[in-house]
Amino acid sequence: MAATARRQQLQDVALAPLDWVEERSGLVGYTKWFLFRKVPRDITWSQTLGSAALTAFIVQATTGVFLAMFYKPDPVNAYASIQSITEDVTLGWLVRGMHKWGASVFIILMFFHMARAFLFGAYKYPRELNWILGVLLLVSGMAEGFTGYLLPWDNTSYWATVVGININATGPFVGPFLAQFLQGGLSIGPDTLPKFYALHMLVLPGAIMALIGLHLYLVVRLGVSSPPWSRSAAGRERPEAAAGRDGVGEPTTEGESA
Amino acid sequence: MSEEERDTQHLPAPSLWPIGFAVGVACILVGLVISVPALIVGAVIALVFGFLWVRDLMRAHPVTAAAPGAPAAAPVVTHADVGDNVDRATFLSLATIGVSGLIGAGVTLPVLGFGVLPSFVGDGVETHDVDLGPITNFPEGQYMIATYLENPEQGEVSRRTAFIRNNGSTDAGVPSFTAIFSRCVHLGCPVQPNGPIDEQAKQEVNGVELLPVLAASFGCPCHGGLYDSEGNRSAGPPVRSLDRYEFSIKDGNLILGRLFSVGHVEGVGATARIQKYYMAYPGVHVDGIESWLYPIPTPGSTG
Ligand code: HEM
Ligand code: FES
Repeated sequence: MAATARRQQLQDVALAPLDWVEERSGLVGYTKWFLFRKVPRDITWSQTLGSAALTAFIVQATTGVFLAMFYKPDPVNAYASIQSITEDVTLGWLVRGMHKWGASVFIILMFFHMARAFLFGAYKYPRELNWILGVLLLVSGMAEGFTGYLLPWDNTSYWATVVGININATGPFVGPFLAQFLQGGLSIGPDTLPKFYALHMLVLPGAIMALIGLHLYLVVRLGVSSPPWSRSAAGRERPEAAAGRDGVGEPTTEGESA
Repeated sequence: MSEEERDTQHLPAPSLWPIGFAVGVACILVGLVISVPALIVGAVIALVFGFLWVRDLMRAHPVTAAAPGAPAAAPVVTHADVGDNVDRATFLSLATIGVSGLIGAGVTLPVLGFGVLPSFVGDGVETHDVDLGPITNFPEGQYMIATYLENPEQGEVSRRTAFIRNNGSTDAGVPSFTAIFSRCVHLGCPVQPNGPIDEQAKQEVNGVELLPVLAASFGCPCHGGLYDSEGNRSAGPPVRSLDRYEFSIKDGNLILGRLFSVGHVEGVGATARIQKYYMAYPGVHVDGIESWLYPIPTPGSTG
């Protein structure tokens, strides 16, 4: 009796800060509700690819913020600052490596996640809008890769970007203007690197964060779709489902409220 | 005030006069700053509309006239009076949306314009004439690789390479040069002359590096584009002939001027006929049906 009371007391002390926050914001409750919302019983590991892409993005954002503290976005200093991050700054090689390799991981995971959504037919009603948001995320993610590639300012990045910009320039009607916007002139010049840097570290990440917010809002609101082989059909009760043998008890369009 | 009265809405009738009143006040404020007549006009407007507004308010407030305990008919009456479905709440929310929209546009439009418009009006696109030194440095019939800074203020980022060949003179006795820009017209990689380069004969003339080369053709390292000695495409993905420079001769020096794009070159050297177009981006067709896709000349290319 005394032991349990003591335990209870300890627990209360430990949870007091959380209670304090919860009472003033309700955030703890919301977080629990978000993390422990219902998902189909026959959900698979492939449905964690979205969270994997999210993790990759968070890694990029975090490492990028710290790289930005040492990187100098102008044609004279850019290359040298990258060299110094890699060779002089303590653990710079690691953070730069994480950002460089993580970029590919992020893109690859987005493609895997998209393939999953496609193969599961998760783009169908009512999730079309989330597919569209996903396409915007994919485009923004690729644009992140394109703008980031120029920043080391070595021969590979310079000429790859020349070719990339000129591919944009071949777009009908607007192409030449797009190219001129990207490089701030008729060819890559002193304004190009700062512009790519601003797009890479401010504009595109901002857009991606906003899009991820909407994307996840829809995931929560609509619920995660069950795999195509699932025996519990979405939006319609089946005998097995009603008996609670398979899938969530009540498949509805608002899965989380089930 | 009875309980019922306190429970009913004391709405003034919707009225348009405050708008005129506000215009008057704005006029007064502007007049204070710039002119006395405007101030007087503003004062008159404000007074007239202020009077009309107050009169409206006095008239359409029948709640006070209602007997205690009477049903709260007053607001309904005022609505019917004006014959208008826009009530106060709707008006306020529309006004809020409108004003927020205006503020938002006021912030967004200039910024968007700043971000995007410079590229459409050709900001930062200037042609710098480049002095390549005495024409006597260019032996007849041979290509020279000229490397120079297009804009020394910008530094290395503006380093460009041109291939210059002295063609002697035209039939009319005018000196003729072929001045080709090294940028590949497929997607912009640096085209290289195919042939032995005479490193020993390298010379430096006011910041321009000159290297003789025995080039019969030009090749691109990126996707294998191949051009003949006049810059016409002979193989690979490029869509037109290599771009060229206009040139002039001042005090015996060869001056490179504006760049232009070339559809095709017929003939060779001094007697060549060059189809000249405004400078276009690599990969952009300047002739043929595909050029219909690019109806507007690139900003800054027309001089
Ligand atoms: C920054 C990149 C992205 C992130 C962080 C992200 C994140 C997520 C997460 C966490 C989920 C929850 C379920 C799951 O993991 O499968 C999800 C679902 C979904 N995503 Fe993405 N996603 C991204 C890009 C994309 C792309 C490129 C597409 C397709 C064009 C896409 C389409 C979808 C669809 C249709 C769903 C609903 C799947 C279902 O309900 O079964 N997403 N996303
Ligand atoms: S850029 Fe020269 S062939 Fe592609």
